[in-house]
Amino acid sequence: MKTCLIVDDSSVIRKVARRIIEDIGYEVDEAEDGREAFEKCTQSMPDAILVDWNMPVMTGLEFVKELRSYIGGESPKILFCTTENDVGHIAMALKAGANEYMMKPFDREIMESKFRDLDQK
Amino acid sequence: MGMQQQTYNAIARFVAQESGIKLSDGKAYMMESRLTPVMSEFGISSFEHLATQLMAATSELRQAVVDAMTTNESFFFRDRTPFDLFSNVMLPRVAEAKRANGQPLRIWCAAAATGQEPYSLAISVLENQTVLDGLDVSILATDISQAALGTAESGRYTQFEVQRGLSAQRLITHFDQEGGAWRVKPHLRELIEFKELNLLKSLHQVGKVDIVFCRNVLIYFDVETKAQVLGNIRKQMSNTGYLMLGAAETLVGVTDHFLPTAEHQNLFQPTS
Ligand SMILES: C[S@@+](CC[C@H](N)C(=O)[O-])C[C@H]1O[C@@H](n2cnc3c(N)ncnc32)[C@H](O)[C@@H]1O
Repeated sequence: MKTCLIVDDSSVIRKVARRIIEDIGYEVDEAEDGREAFEKCTQSMPDAILVDWNMPVMTGLEFVKELRSYIGGESPKILFCTTENDVGHIAMALKAGANEYMMKPFDREIMESKFRDLDQK
Repeated sequence: MGMQQQTYNAIARFVAQESGIKLSDGKAYMMESRLTPVMSEFGISSFEHLATQLMAATSELRQAVVDAMTTNESFFFRDRTPFDLFSNVMLPRVAEAKRANGQPLRIWCAAAATGQEPYSLAISVLENQTVLDGLDVSILATDISQAALGTAESGRYTQFEVQRGLSAQRLITHFDQEGGAWRVKPHLRELIEFKELNLLKSLHQVGKVDIVFCRNVLIYFDVETKAQVLGNIRKQMSNTGYLMLGAAETLVGVTDHFLPTAEHQNLFQPTS
């Protein structure tokens, strides 16, 4: 089974996202900030990562940059999931190595369509 | 409010005559919820009154009723495959034929609804500039619904709408942010001409076209209407053209003006 790491400091978002992503067919793990996510990745690299932007300890953007420069860290498909919804943030995320970007609020259909797109990348 | 069977039948018959949209029995609830706002707009007090008034109605009322009965739902890059076929099969082959005779390539989106389909085609055109190699391309987007076309022409979509099917890269390349909404950039808008057009009427104003997207509209018509519309669409198409239908649509037993291609069951070529 493919694996997905959900990185968000909100337990509500993690729960909602987890339900949808499990239905899509992933085995899901969770982290509360970028630092914890990075450590989990160094132990076992997931196939996909859903990551929030604003988190304590280490932000999503810092996490993506750090992961992408780590050996093996180029392989996961990274999807941002954040309330930051302006062109500048989207462009920055893509430049840092994210594959896709989703603006909150999202719904099941949007999440499913983003994951379908990730499969093609 | 409630509606008598007779009234339902009369309004359904009117809608079918005007637009081809065939309402099956038991759609009374849908009809009521969609026509109630139209009735209050025109100051009509009951469905019975509406049914009688429609017979001699002003074109505004007729248009408003038809408009309300259309289903305009659409998504960017809906079903995905048609757009892959557009970029990988239709555009390169048609472009070659066009280049040979030095004519512009014309695309017709025949049920454009709120615009997601023509804009997805326009994005695909821009992403295939190397294949097109300077060839002139234009897109005609038509629909019977004025309200839907209004949205399409404005090119303005909510955050939810743009996230259904548009990649983040395509979003920031082709849209500007406007408050909480997103608006199509002029470079995309410029490729498309929007026009109100009823597929049941004469299609001559469409002119000659090479690629036709006619997705998720024929499903509302009965077989005879489908056959008639497809015959008229065929007349507007160049012999080297392509017709793309919706995912659930076949032409088996409907018309022999088109044959399915080897590439995909919903992609057709005209017979000569
Ligand atoms: C479900 S939408 C399809 C939108 C788009 N092609 C897609 O597949 O996403 C169907 C559209 O067909 C239009 N339509 C229905 N009857 C029509 C007719 N007689 N002539 C032109 N358009 C019609 C409706 O107004 C509506 O916008």
